[in-house]
Amino acid sequence: MTTQILIAGFGGQGILFSGKFLAYEGLIEGKELSWLPSYGPEMRGGTANCSVILSDTKVGSPIVLNPDVLIAMNGPSLDKYENETVSGGKIFVDSSLITRKVERSDVEAYYIPATKMASDEGLTGLANMIILGHAIKKANLVPYENIEKAMKKLVPPKKQHLLEPNLRAIELGYNY
Amino acid sequence: MIVFEKPKALTDAVLHYCPGCTHGIIHRLVAEAIDDLGIQGRTIGVASVGCSVMAYNYFDVDMVQAAHGRAPAVATGVKRSDPNNIVFTYQGDGDLAAIGTAETVHSAARGENITVIFVNNAIYGMTGGQMAPTTLPGQVTQTSPYGRDVKTVGYPVKICEMLSQLDGAAYLERVAVNNVKNIKNAKKAIKKAFQNQVEGKGFSLIEVVSTCPTNWGLPPVKALEWLEENMIPYYPLGVYKDKYAEEVK
Amino acid sequence: MSHEKVLMKGNEALAEAAIMAGCHHYFGYPITPQTEVAAYMSKRMPKIDGGVFLQAESEIAAINMVIGVASTGKRVMTSSSSPGISLKSEGLSYLAGCDLPALVVNVQRGGPGLGGIQPSQSDYFHATRGAGHGDFHMIVLAPDSVQEMVSLVFHGFDLAEKYRMTTMILSDGTMGQMMEPVSLDMGEIKQYDKPWALTGTKCERKPNIVNSLYLQPEELEKRNFERYEKYKLIEETEPMFEEYKMEDAEVCIAAFGVAARVSQNAIDEARKQGIKVGMIRPITLWPFPKKAFASAAEKVKSFVSVELSMGQMVEDIELSVRCKRPVLLCNRAGGMIPTTQNVLDKIIEASKL
Repeated sequence: MTTQILIAGFGGQGILFSGKFLAYEGLIEGKELSWLPSYGPEMRGGTANCSVILSDTKVGSPIVLNPDVLIAMNGPSLDKYENETVSGGKIFVDSSLITRKVERSDVEAYYIPATKMASDEGLTGLANMIILGHAIKKANLVPYENIEKAMKKLVPPKKQHLLEPNLRAIELGYNY
Repeated sequence: MIVFEKPKALTDAVLHYCPGCTHGIIHRLVAEAIDDLGIQGRTIGVASVGCSVMAYNYFDVDMVQAAHGRAPAVATGVKRSDPNNIVFTYQGDGDLAAIGTAETVHSAARGENITVIFVNNAIYGMTGGQMAPTTLPGQVTQTSPYGRDVKTVGYPVKICEMLSQLDGAAYLERVAVNNVKNIKNAKKAIKKAFQNQVEGKGFSLIEVVSTCPTNWGLPPVKALEWLEENMIPYYPLGVYKDKYAEEVK
Repeated sequence: MSHEKVLMKGNEALAEAAIMAGCHHYFGYPITPQTEVAAYMSKRMPKIDGGVFLQAESEIAAINMVIGVASTGKRVMTSSSSPGISLKSEGLSYLAGCDLPALVVNVQRGGPGLGGIQPSQSDYFHATRGAGHGDFHMIVLAPDSVQEMVSLVFHGFDLAEKYRMTTMILSDGTMGQMMEPVSLDMGEIKQYDKPWALTGTKCERKPNIVNSLYLQPEELEKRNFERYEKYKLIEETEPMFEEYKMEDAEVCIAAFGVAARVSQNAIDEARKQGIKVGMIRPITLWPFPKKAFASAAEKVKSFVSVELSMGQMVEDIELSVRCKRPVLLCNRAGGMIPTTQNVLDKIIEASKL
């Protein structure tokens, strides 16, 4: 079983971070995995995307062109990758930033106002983890019980104060 | 009683330099400084490209031969590998002031704790007498056959003056080896440049104004006279920087 | 460092592996997409006893600093990306001429010229043929995973010291940026005697001289012949490669680095369609695993070289199989990466030959 995940949005939305979280989840589970960011000359504000592959067998190409799961955190990302998503795949849309609906009928679309939820709950900047939490639940990406363990591995010791809000954000999305 | 002998830090190899060339004197001064400080066993030399390319045959210490202009970078590696070793480069003007300008400037800027012996004879000697970065205005060379025209090829590079602007450089002195008095002074400066390194004071460079009778087309004695009349007025001798002395003040 | 697997980027794993392999001197210059190696070294080296990180004024200075440390017999490395490696070419030639061991990493990007900053494999010729002036070779290793990045750093230093020559790790932006689980435990490091090293004579021995200048042509010729005897031995004993589903293959893919990863997907896909295809993945690009390809030529009907260049390794395959079988090229260039579909299409074409 191999799951190809593509997370896409603007630079600064925490795209790479949420991808890393999935990678750490995979590591804890002893899965084969790869994490690959797209990189460009811009340091801030450009488009960002991140390929994560979780698998039971050796991962081939680390580049996700046709995701099983697409997490779109802005309009251009949905425009660009909707048609690339595999038939039967799942598309997660941050509905506070993307007003249109998924047009394809052969994929499952999930809408969650992650950015609005983040600001309502005092979790500004953590929309990435809210939408990821929702995807973890609906796409059964990783087991829920490992979430805290993975987050502890990911958040460096100096930034332990970020642990709780990140976990809360995932939970919020998970229970949405 | 022995009144005169070869320094221990020189090998028995016969120098390949042209008759009247001052490289021989400068080699001897470097070797004497090494002997005086008792550092032969932990000195590592870096030979450059030019007439002194085979310096590794003459100094009785471990030696590495560097590419054109790169001696200070190689010396940086050697020194950083074991800071207890005493590391020097021996470079000519084409090597140090043209193709290796960046390495020269940045090893000085870093305050790299090495000793640079810079032999300035205003010409590319090894390749047969072409215009060097230090060739004087009007000086005739193989590639400035009508004399160095500053309007088209610009002015000579004065290394000591230039490097003296860098905070990283510890000690910069220009000396000459055209007479006994200057040779004695050169010896003192070269020894101090090594002593500085022993004491961890940082980048020291001694510019030795030198002759090239062969490529200048002059007999050795005339070359010494030409040096005094033309080179020294353009490249005044003296200490251009002594960071430690400044700190004492 | 514990034996448990950790998640690391290729560039960072490479840097940590070098430190664990006993390389405590690093010289570099910032260039995308390898700057993480320098950044990682700048963080780690000051915390190591005797560790040196130095950001050089230029790529040329960096490789010459490497020469300086290498001449003292210590493990040393530098890393760069394609345009920077061109600048280092002078030093690579001197390292060869002086018979010095060193590890040089090229995280390739598209060229020629300033090119781009996306992944490429277009420095294959430079690495395997013309890394600088004169007759010489470097050992060239091509990792295809973060784990192999680590193991090849260890192996690369070992080969460099064993044969007193440069090992180049030929990586690319994808390998450098990718994160995968990795174990950093590589076991014992073999120690080699270095009687040639410049350590200061202590006034107890004749001076050691590290030099590449031989003004007598007879002498220089002799050194070159001796060095090529060594190269011959390396070509016989050190080639490394990995086979994938080659047992019954009728089409043989050749690919290294990220191209091999993409090819693996394409092979799995093609086999679902009933095409018998496998892969030989060269791990050493020099020495090239010629024998593996020569014996494959006895079994398969065609080859496909998958490359992120205009087709460079394809020539080595043709040479290895003595043009007995057709060798097709599946390539993207300038920073583009072949897709699984690109490779699959070429496999189908090759299977019909």
